[in-house]
Amino acid sequence: MSTQTLIYIFVGLSFALYIGIAIASRVSSTSEFYVAGGHVNPVVNGMATAADWMSAASFISMAGLIAFLGYDGSVYLMGWTGGYVMLALLLAPYLRKFGQFTVPDFIGTRYYSKWARTVAVICLIFISFTYIAGQMRGVGIVFSRFLDVQVEIGVIIGMGIVFIYAVMGGMKGITYTQVAQYCVLIFAYLVPAIFISILITGNPVPQLGLGSIVNDGSGLYVLQKLDQSLVMMGFGPYTDGSKSMIDVFCITAALMIGTAGLPHVIVRFFTVPKASDARRSAGYALIFIALLYTTAPAVAGFARINFNETVHQTSYQDAPVWFTNWEANNLIAWTDKNGDGRMQLAAGNAFDAAPEFSEERGASGERVVITPPDNSNANEVYVDRDIMVLANPEIAALPGWVIALVAAGGLAAALSTAAGLLLVISTAVSHDLLKSTFRPGISEKGELRAARIAATAAIVVAGILGIYPPGWVAQVVAFAFGLAAASLFPAIFMGIFSKRMNKEGAIAGMVTGLGFTFLYIAYFKLWEPRLNNAENWLFGISPEGIGVIGMLLNFAVAIAVARRTSAPPPEVDVLVEQIRVPRGVKPNALPSH
Amino acid sequence: MTEPEDELAKLHARQYWRANLRLLGLLMSVWFMVSFGAGILFRDFLDQFMIGGFPLGFWFAQQGSIYVFIALIFYYSWKMHHIEQHYHLDDDDEVED
Repeated sequence: MSTQTLIYIFVGLSFALYIGIAIASRVSSTSEFYVAGGHVNPVVNGMATAADWMSAASFISMAGLIAFLGYDGSVYLMGWTGGYVMLALLLAPYLRKFGQFTVPDFIGTRYYSKWARTVAVICLIFISFTYIAGQMRGVGIVFSRFLDVQVEIGVIIGMGIVFIYAVMGGMKGITYTQVAQYCVLIFAYLVPAIFISILITGNPVPQLGLGSIVNDGSGLYVLQKLDQSLVMMGFGPYTDGSKSMIDVFCITAALMIGTAGLPHVIVRFFTVPKASDARRSAGYALIFIALLYTTAPAVAGFARINFNETVHQTSYQDAPVWFTNWEANNLIAWTDKNGDGRMQLAAGNAFDAAPEFSEERGASGERVVITPPDNSNANEVYVDRDIMVLANPEIAALPGWVIALVAAGGLAAALSTAAGLLLVISTAVSHDLLKSTFRPGISEKGELRAARIAATAAIVVAGILGIYPPGWVAQVVAFAFGLAAASLFPAIFMGIFSKRMNKEGAIAGMVTGLGFTFLYIAYFKLWEPRLNNAENWLFGISPEGIGVIGMLLNFAVAIAVARRTSAPPPEVDVLVEQIRVPRGVKPNALPSH
Repeated sequence: MTEPEDELAKLHARQYWRANLRLLGLLMSVWFMVSFGAGILFRDFLDQFMIGGFPLGFWFAQQGSIYVFIALIFYYSWKMHHIEQHYHLDDDDEVED
């Protein structure tokens, strides 16, 4: 069977599975729609959380980024997993004890203010849409490269699938679909990683393979070999970064705190039965996530070795098939700077900007790029980092079914996250804006209908973002984490750990953190992208890491304002005491010793 | 409910919360040390040691910190349950709401 047929079969089967699950888990109440009735088993919830959280960025982009960043790529690994520790220890159990449906619910009730709730809803919608746009790009890449359909049709098919199970099944449908999607995506990630680890080192465990000796007879460890070959080509060593320590520190922290503040992840902990389950569930989620996250650096290292070896100094006429396939999709480009017909890799950008192609062919048969080459360096190959994971099985010449599996896995990762985000957006509209703020008298049936309409509208907007990706999408991914870190996290954290924090402080803090972070990122990413370098940054902190400073400002302003304004009312005191313990205090119980 | 019993319950809740904060402080320090400490601030120093084919700092940044994170969450879950039983504040027999 041809690889193309296998891809259709794998993707088709996985889609059929998701729809089947959706039909089996239709819902009829808002509680089931928002939080799956609140009785999902913690292990199941952990798996669903893992799929929810691991987006197209984790599956498709992360290993590719690490492959080209080396040590600097660690910020994603530590940042995105370390945030789970904060979530499990500092937020999840208390929010579960609080026992409502949404993050704005908590902020609105704890700070006894519709304004606080509305600010939270705005943060949440902004964060979620930024994030969703990224998922849609992932869906588009997989469809256009593997299924040979236009990106537009690919996005519409993807949206159709999400529509069926999110609108019908709500959180319940999404939870069980995400479990299936987790299985598909982790299998799809591990199988090629294990194959490649065996091919390169003979060790079937990729996590150990990365620390093993390459079986090419050189006697070098994988990382030593990488360091050596990269230094020979003029790059810095793989195990050394090029970012400053303060920047690595701040980006890691911003990603961690941002993770802990991401509403679509937090809301997953509202679906388990009890506070103690929320704690455990985060642990299971992290195990399921770590399976992929500890494999990713191995995939990255192996991919870089394979990429260097198959491309560097190879003449274009002998270029592997995957190279020309991705070139046909505009994601790889080659320009023969020194005119020797061979492809050279070196440090620096091959072109002045992302390449644009003409219809012509060059001397060696390559696609001619209109964008002028950057002649300040010898690098001749442009490669979009997002392709590394998807191209990896082809680069290592693995069988067709592995390639088909990876295509299905990439889609599972993108769709599961998109569905979780859509649900958060629709809940914010129907529950936080409509039910809690503008139309408190709405019936449960009416609220459920509003939630479904909001989910449908959100899907359409996400689809449009996917088909016509605005130029700024890739530029502002930092927004989602930076803003979550600077706005939602401090408000939730202080709401639990400080009884004295009042609405004036919380609102002032959120607005300061949000405003500062927004302006800093927008200034460097949108208004003055040319100034976006370490010399102009505040304390040498890049826009990706500035959320940490936003968070500190949020804390400082909130505490200062709260000190000068009146303490929260007594019922808030009671509320905080209640969420701090897993159950109501039993007055007659004594310590057990 | 009589006054002294109410006071006792409040005392237990306060003791429980202090025990929780102590545990959180300890675990968050470990969290900080394995990621920001070993993986970033002291990486250059640790990189002179090797664990298999990994420089140690690099290993913490790309592998080790994640394993410690998992252990931290499960330890917290287990230890908190212990503390809660001690103060009779666990939710073991809580019905689903």
